[in-house]
Amino acid sequence: MRIGVVTFPGSCDDRDARHAVTVLGAEPVALWHGDADLQGVDAVILPGGFSHGDYLRCGAIARFSPVMGGIREFASHGGPVLGICNGFQVLCEAHLLPGALTRNAGLRFVHRDQHIRVEAATAWTAGIEPGTVLQIPVKHGEGRYVHDDPDALFDAGQVLAVYCDAAGEASETADPNGSIRHIAGVSNAHGNVVGLMPHPEHAVEALLGSTDGARLLGAVLQAAVV
Amino acid sequence: MPRVHIDVMLKDEILDPQGQAVERALPSLGFDGVQQVRIGKHIVVDLVDAEDLDARVTRMADKLLANPVIERFEYRIVDA
Repeated sequence: MRIGVVTFPGSCDDRDARHAVTVLGAEPVALWHGDADLQGVDAVILPGGFSHGDYLRCGAIARFSPVMGGIREFASHGGPVLGICNGFQVLCEAHLLPGALTRNAGLRFVHRDQHIRVEAATAWTAGIEPGTVLQIPVKHGEGRYVHDDPDALFDAGQVLAVYCDAAGEASETADPNGSIRHIAGVSNAHGNVVGLMPHPEHAVEALLGSTDGARLLGAVLQAAVV
Repeated sequence: MPRVHIDVMLKDEILDPQGQAVERALPSLGFDGVQQVRIGKHIVVDLVDAEDLDARVTRMADKLLANPVIERFEYRIVDA
């Protein structure tokens, strides 16, 4: 399986994402923001970082990159797309995902290990039971998810995961950024486009403190094999 | 040559932590009577001609300068 990882000017987690893909036994394919050709990959990851310096709004400029035209087309045919952190912001700006990501409540850039509870089954959570608690790091300054009707998102099964404590309880104190209903990740209506603020690519080897990220990233591989 | 001043503000219902921080700082500096502070962006765009000006500015703001999910914008034109 070949998984494309996009590099925008200012991406900084693209190499880690490619490494994570390799750890999972798939073939990483480097995709360049200026090229709309996705090279026939089976899935696409938009990595974390600070595309175009986060100027204007996070993801606002990257959204218009040529590669996004290819990704829009790929996603419209059901292709699995995962946006991590800045990639999540890009997908929201591109309106491929609902809602928006705004400055953290409390104004701090938050970098810590974080528990999240998986809420819904999507292309990227295949084989992970809803209710499962994963430990995956967060690192962002603008990760507060907003949406004008979060209940509808939950009802539609579009909330991928919420911030929680080690016991799986979602709360203000467990939420690193003040997201509405503590939402950490969402999907589109079809479940093939997913955005996540935590970084699964930083949690794929025991050396990194957790391998829970590999479960998330590996789900697409499993789904492809089945 | 028209110059367009565009103000982009978070919608009223969207939390503005920057504004809150300044709101708390002002009284500590002795500026009493501050009820609320909201912080936004002021963007200045110079255009080479005035053709279809309102429609062009609105499209620019809708497509790039503001995110309609969380922000609203208003603009004024000078030197038109």
